[in-house]
Amino acid sequence: MSIKKIHKDQPETFEFNEKSMEAANKIVSNYPDGRQQSAVMALLYIAQRQHDNWIPLKAIKYIAKFLDMPYIKVYEVATFYSMYNLSPVGKYFFQVCTTTPCMLRGAYDLVKVCKKKISEKENELSEDGKISWMEVECLGACVNAPMMQVNEDYYEDLNDKKLEEIIDTIYQNKIPKPGSYTGRINAEPVDNRKTLLGNKNA
Amino acid sequence: MLKDKDRIFQNLYNDSGADLESAKLRNDWSGTKDILEKGREWIINEVKGSELRGRGGAGFPTGLKWSFAPKEIGSRPHYLVINADESEPGTCKDRDILRFEPHKLIEGCLIASYAVNAHKCYIYIRGEYFNEGQKLQTAIDEAYKNKLIGENALDSGWDLDIYIHYGAGAYICGEETALLESLEGKKGQPRLKPPFPALIGLYGCPTIINNVETVAAVPTILKRGAKWFSSLGRPKNTGTKIYCISGNVNNPCNVEEEMGIPLKELIETHAGGVVGGWDNLKAVIPGGSSMPMLPKEICDNIKMDFDACVENKTGLGTAGIVVINNDQDIIKCMARIARFYKHESCGQCTPCREGSGWMWRMLERMAAGEATPDEVDMLFDVTKQIEGHTICAFGEGSSWPVQGLIRHFKDEILERNKFDPVVKKQKNIPYLVDQHLLEKENA
Repeated sequence: MSIKKIHKDQPETFEFNEKSMEAANKIVSNYPDGRQQSAVMALLYIAQRQHDNWIPLKAIKYIAKFLDMPYIKVYEVATFYSMYNLSPVGKYFFQVCTTTPCMLRGAYDLVKVCKKKISEKENELSEDGKISWMEVECLGACVNAPMMQVNEDYYEDLNDKKLEEIIDTIYQNKIPKPGSYTGRINAEPVDNRKTLLGNKNA
Repeated sequence: MLKDKDRIFQNLYNDSGADLESAKLRNDWSGTKDILEKGREWIINEVKGSELRGRGGAGFPTGLKWSFAPKEIGSRPHYLVINADESEPGTCKDRDILRFEPHKLIEGCLIASYAVNAHKCYIYIRGEYFNEGQKLQTAIDEAYKNKLIGENALDSGWDLDIYIHYGAGAYICGEETALLESLEGKKGQPRLKPPFPALIGLYGCPTIINNVETVAAVPTILKRGAKWFSSLGRPKNTGTKIYCISGNVNNPCNVEEEMGIPLKELIETHAGGVVGGWDNLKAVIPGGSSMPMLPKEICDNIKMDFDACVENKTGLGTAGIVVINNDQDIIKCMARIARFYKHESCGQCTPCREGSGWMWRMLERMAAGEATPDEVDMLFDVTKQIEGHTICAFGEGSSWPVQGLIRHFKDEILERNKFDPVVKKQKNIPYLVDQHLLEKENA
């Protein structure tokens, strides 16, 4: 199952709910008159959040009408960018970065844990249907490697044990604390900080 | 080591908070109005005098770029676009500016948009940085509330609106024209240049595009003077830079340092040294994954600035330093980078779309020792077919690191890949019907 493949069970209808509609109108107003097409990326994302983390074809059609764009143009955008899921993913969507800086610090150990504890293959739901995982390209937190993203939160400075704990916490219906798992709140050198010490102690 | 008082990003480690009040204690938004009153020409000349070069990778002089914007607003409005689509493997500096120093960025946006005559500024943040974007939005709201931006910002008579636009996970949108396409709500595929965005950019209007770190550094430069900034580093490579040190080091970190600091000092002092000691170093990627790697002999002495890197056939890029030690398989590391480029190619130009996949597959086989020795030269040839034959610099970005690997580690690849189906010993393979074609004298 690839999340870029159109899902075979599509819903009959799609419409923005009140909250999404408000957000969508606000975003369209950010752009000059007649340039409402610029809002298409944000609107697709709003649709994805409203619809259990994936975008049905009806939503693509709805957004095309909403922005007065050809359907194919919206479809193009939805298939071009990697953050749009066109098939269902888990409620907790694990994206493990495995690009070189993370790989050097053991990202593939995290992948092994995912295979063991979630599902053997990428983009397959776990047994209770809550979690799915996939390998992704650089997420831009290389200093805090290895790291992964769960929905919108970053989990940094991980290792296989810590990831197992995170997964267990989710299986127990709790949300684990996002951020670094070595205790830092930033990208400072742990126990070796030599700069801006005046600010630290202030 | 750079003195703490000369560091621009005082809150790089979030010691005091990102809110407006704390930012004001760090001297943000002080004297901004006086700077605007000195006029456009003064601002651009001062930035030119500081020799600030863009921090997004290409290192284009910022003052010069600003001077390309038309002097008067014509029939079309001007735009300022901030590139916060940080996706280069090894780089995570803009993230810390967005979440810890948002007011430096907003102040920089005001000055920059005044200098280039823009009333609207879009900040393009990569979609994965959702939380960082929210923090920036909080800071923007604070700034609106305190009349620092918006209508008649700071009582200067200049109107400025700042909007955030989220990307959705496409590395190529860090390329400036692809970013504009994406902002217009299309696929992020780069445009041909010329026309350059300074004249025909967003919605066909004059547009100046700058990196987050560049713009965030401008207010401090103007407040402390171009002379102060250009006294750091050496001519043409002035000022300070945030270095991101990741990979096999004991304390991976972001740190702001003077341009031209020796690589060894940077790694040993700030990042706690290479895992297993300096002698265990294998190679360093100095400027994000698009820049060719350097073997240990060069790392011993190289200084980290734009020109010194070019002299060593690499580039400073975004200063995302990835350290690789002897415990790693260097070919595998490069194969993973090639996979990244294969995944991120936008598919517009054939050499890049097809070539990036070729390079990845060949490198994977080389890492597994399944390639023939001839293929190393073939791989080099493939990189040469990509480089310079694409619309944007992605072609160079994907082929240069492979060239770097072949340049410095060819022996290691050959050592591992001795497989040759037509060596003399294995001649007369019964199922190979066209064997005679492979023999040298008949070829």
